[in-house]
Amino acid sequence: MVLVPTAYAPSSNNKTSSWRTTRPVIDYSKCTRCMICWKFCPDVAIGVTFGEKLDYPNERFSKLEAPFINYDYCKGCGICASECPFDAIDMVQESEM
Amino acid sequence: MRAINKNWSIMTGNEAVALATKLAGVKFVSAYPITPQTAIVEKIAEMVANEKMDAKFIEVESEHSAMASVMGSELAGVRSFTASSSHGILYMHEMLNWVAGMRLPILMAVVNRSIGPPWNIWADHSDTMTQRDTGWMQLYGESNQEAMDTIILGYKLAENKDILLPIMVMQDAFTLSHTSEPVEIRDEEKVREFVGEFNLPFKIDINKPMGYGSLMPPDGPFMELKMDMKKSMYSGVNKFIEITKEFNETFDANFPGPVEGFMMDDADYALITLGSISSTAKHVVRNLRNQGKKVGLLRILLYRPFPKDLVINYLRGLKGFGVVDRSSTYGPFGSLYMDVISSIYGKLDIPAANFIAGLGGRDVRVVDFEEMFMRIMEGEDGEIWINAGVK
Repeated sequence: MVLVPTAYAPSSNNKTSSWRTTRPVIDYSKCTRCMICWKFCPDVAIGVTFGEKLDYPNERFSKLEAPFINYDYCKGCGICASECPFDAIDMVQESEM
Repeated sequence: MRAINKNWSIMTGNEAVALATKLAGVKFVSAYPITPQTAIVEKIAEMVANEKMDAKFIEVESEHSAMASVMGSELAGVRSFTASSSHGILYMHEMLNWVAGMRLPILMAVVNRSIGPPWNIWADHSDTMTQRDTGWMQLYGESNQEAMDTIILGYKLAENKDILLPIMVMQDAFTLSHTSEPVEIRDEEKVREFVGEFNLPFKIDINKPMGYGSLMPPDGPFMELKMDMKKSMYSGVNKFIEITKEFNETFDANFPGPVEGFMMDDADYALITLGSISSTAKHVVRNLRNQGKKVGLLRILLYRPFPKDLVINYLRGLKGFGVVDRSSTYGPFGSLYMDVISSIYGKLDIPAANFIAGLGGRDVRVVDFEEMFMRIMEGEDGEIWINAGVK
């Protein structure tokens, strides 16, 4: 039998968060749930959750689906912050966290 | 003439390849047309549309995608095939490495055509010579019969559990691809039995998800995987000899195997060739033999893996030989010459010339082979361009 480059360990075991130097932080009071960040994230590190799970000061959107950032895989590229039309995502230095 | 109960037909090299994929039970074909390979794709598409061939055919927007899609189908455990030429081969270069590295036994028919610029659609081997280090095995055929037989032999070789490497099956543009010759059509049932069922040991299984070709650090088995590819590839020489023997017994055929020695037994001087120009060379060898000159021809059919031990055995005892390269390389010499010389290094000490001939479809004529033989008999070596100069 030959050697084949296959791996049974799922890539979900391979956490890539240590690559990050800045982290995106969503300000849910500005976020309109437009999901543009979710669409643009090149690493599928932005997920979707339902309002009641998060703390939403903005009542108007609190019952809608909301984006959340998976900090296990986010590499801090900043595309979400750059694309957000409402300036609701800030890139914060990891060293300040 | 062979026994008359055999199933002979007049067909072009392209038709022979298309028919061979049907005989070998190919179930998935994805290809992008390019001259001079187009007729293969057309013929397969026609057979699939008319339900004469039980396969799925998809058209893609590029050769890169053609190779990527057969990679997917092969990983799903389906015997797959594609075909291309020239710039199409260059365009799929990245995927060629992927397919070989993933150990997928895909077959690709290549109709050898030159590389531009200037734009040129005729035969030379530059397109596949640039891909000789991708991990694909390479078979260079001489006739339309070989175009058919190498596909059948190729699937059996590629899908062997100890090999599992892709194979390029070559024929020369127009000289074979668009020229009709008598071809014996192999019996479909016998071919299916000969090639066997395709069962990829690591195919995609929805119940056991795997990562294929994912990131591997320097101390991961990266080097070991490459080492294993090389080991498998070079075990392919003996495997090919075995399979050839079995093929010839099954089909009462006369397939030569990795190399073909023509009048080499007592030869003093010989030429080494690839592909369809070998037929002209054989004609010249016969003529020179009639004039009492002890010459021979060694045709390399299996170029990757390079059958170095067989080549050494044939060359032992010669007074001089020449290697004919039908491709442009910008190393110190032609590709085939460098392979031959590095194989015999330290074992044989024979003067050897490197002839560059037939680029861009330029004819390699009888007089050209006569000139080559004359020059090696005079003891010339180094790189010599034949029938080339300011026109």
